[in-house]
Amino acid sequence: MSKAISLPRWIDVGLLPLWNLCIALAVAAGVVALIGHSPVQAFEVLVKGSLGNARGLGYTLYYATNFVFTGLAVAVAFHGGLFNIGAEGQATFAGLGLTLAALLVGASLPAWVLLPLLVLSAAVFGALWGLVPGYLQAWRGSHIVITTIMFNFLAASLSVYLLVNPLRPAGSMSVESAPFPDSAKLPGLADLAARWGYELPSSPLNAASLIAVAALCFVVWFLWRSRAGYALRAVGSAPRAALYAGMNPKVQVLVGMGLSGALAGMVAVNELSGVQGKLTLDFVAGAGFTGIAVSLMGRNHPVGILLAALLFGVLYQGGVEVAFELPGFSREMVVTVQGLIVLFAGAMSMVSAPLFAKVYAKVYGRLSGAGRG
Amino acid sequence: MGVFRELGVDDFVQLGSILASTLRLTTPLLLVALAGLLAERSGVVDLGLEGKMLAAAFAAGAITAATQNTFLGLLGAVGVAAALALVHGFACVTHRGDQVISGVALNMVAAGLTVVLGIAWFKTGGQTPTLPIELRITALAPGLTEPLQAAQAHGAFLGGFLGHGLLSHNALVYAAFVAVGLVWFLLERTRLGLRIRAVGENPAMVDAAGLSVSRLRYTALLLGAVLCGLAGAYLAMAQSANFSPNMTAGRGYIALAAMIFGRWRPLPTLGACLLFGLLDATAIRMQGVALPGVGEVPVQLVQALPYLLTVILLAGFIGQAVAPKALAKPYVKER
Repeated sequence: MSKAISLPRWIDVGLLPLWNLCIALAVAAGVVALIGHSPVQAFEVLVKGSLGNARGLGYTLYYATNFVFTGLAVAVAFHGGLFNIGAEGQATFAGLGLTLAALLVGASLPAWVLLPLLVLSAAVFGALWGLVPGYLQAWRGSHIVITTIMFNFLAASLSVYLLVNPLRPAGSMSVESAPFPDSAKLPGLADLAARWGYELPSSPLNAASLIAVAALCFVVWFLWRSRAGYALRAVGSAPRAALYAGMNPKVQVLVGMGLSGALAGMVAVNELSGVQGKLTLDFVAGAGFTGIAVSLMGRNHPVGILLAALLFGVLYQGGVEVAFELPGFSREMVVTVQGLIVLFAGAMSMVSAPLFAKVYAKVYGRLSGAGRG
Repeated sequence: MGVFRELGVDDFVQLGSILASTLRLTTPLLLVALAGLLAERSGVVDLGLEGKMLAAAFAAGAITAATQNTFLGLLGAVGVAAALALVHGFACVTHRGDQVISGVALNMVAAGLTVVLGIAWFKTGGQTPTLPIELRITALAPGLTEPLQAAQAHGAFLGGFLGHGLLSHNALVYAAFVAVGLVWFLLERTRLGLRIRAVGENPAMVDAAGLSVSRLRYTALLLGAVLCGLAGAYLAMAQSANFSPNMTAGRGYIALAAMIFGRWRPLPTLGACLLFGLLDATAIRMQGVALPGVGEVPVQLVQALPYLLTVILLAGFIGQAVAPKALAKPYVKER
């Protein structure tokens, strides 16, 4: 990349992403106006429905939990120089692992043994679905983007096959597994709070959100405080130099993709163990792709990812409310907004940079007399 | 011909209908795979094929229904696909944004916007109005569209197999196969094609020769957009009678797989598309059928085979797929 334009950090990390977000939202507002609704009204309903009451907030945080996991998944791979489009498939495959554990050994185990086992099996299966494309990239030279796309479809086909054949209880017509035993259910946050004497309205928000917070902290520690994370970032930013410094880029591809897949797999914990209590078809519901938008918006940093995940939580929960309130307004507007954010904050992120550089140079050149880099 | 002598009328009709549906299912794959081939040979990754095809299908369905004019529908489909290709070019060629991210974005925008607009404008759950038969793109030889009738009229082999199998299609099916030849001729026998290939392998050299890298890449993207537009129109105006949400159903990605499977070359890509089309055509027929020695093959496995084969090919287990050298690399002009 040409680094002709150098902007101060607060513009590069703060202002520019916000500006790009605003452009994406402005285009989305244009679409809302085009279909004959008032963008202002839609925005009001969106904010009120997602942040205005405790129940809405609960749903917002529940969605955001998924997006923290998939956002982190995309970001960790990104730090290793890998673009993982496969979070969707990794979460799907993790769901299969979690379901197998819950149905095979779940009934005989108490919750305090089973729940960690479920988290572990989701992580291992998610990691596995990331490791295979990782291996194929590092040792066989196939491109990670294409392979992870293919692996999304493979995971989807596999889960359809398993759900209509071996996993479907005899005599059942609906495409879902048998219900998990009670011990496989993660406690809801409302239940946890009740134990401590607080009262929260019921929502799908569950203990998986605590795992999400832990995952955020872990990724911060891993990437910037641990030796393994340093090696991953080194390989991601300068593979040849990293090789020269004694790191093995091939192994780092496995580290990046394995961790990425495991993080994506946590979506299965939130959805299946936290809410559904059984394996359902397409439970990931696009969260893996939203992770790409979250990671791009959050500049691949856990703090940014948390903020972006909350933003998308607001969009998802608020979008449901808007679709409910405004006639002829479809939930797919959220997918559109997501696409616009990926477009403007991702693919076109540097389009406005020269403009900012010009304005910045003018303003600061005048203030300090000399241009600062 | 010994084998054929043993076959009865029913077998010919069966084979004819498998052949016919293979060609019908191959058509959109082929058009889009060729579009991807043009873009990628010029050095631009085209993950947005799915989105371009979906948006084009919506435009075809919506515009034909609104204007009651087939030609305007086709034109609109191509126009919308071209508009998305220009966005892709603006992001990745002009501003050197990430080509993969841009493609992913286009797919998301198309998936969302087609449903949002469809529900708002037509109020039927995202579907466009059903087109009457006069407005659709229909078979050139209507007498052959029913395999049994064709077999009765012209004999089992001539009518049921060849007639229904090969000659019962609409113009877009034949156009897709002609496009293979055209793309091959463009890339291998014309000056523009040579330049497109060169810009995908060594853009600096093309630049040094005084040609515009950007213009060549935009040209390749726009030529591809025409094919994506036709593919979308095929889905909404020929294969179905209207647009329905997510009607591409991952075909853009299968086409991408076919293009890689065909190693970025027109004729092998045709082969891959035919193979994937055949798999698709047989998947439904194989449900519940036990193959000798293998037993019943799950339909999901047959449907997943294109993806599986592509993974295996890319991993170098069946030959090696070598991408254009400058693929995914934005070109920075030396100053």
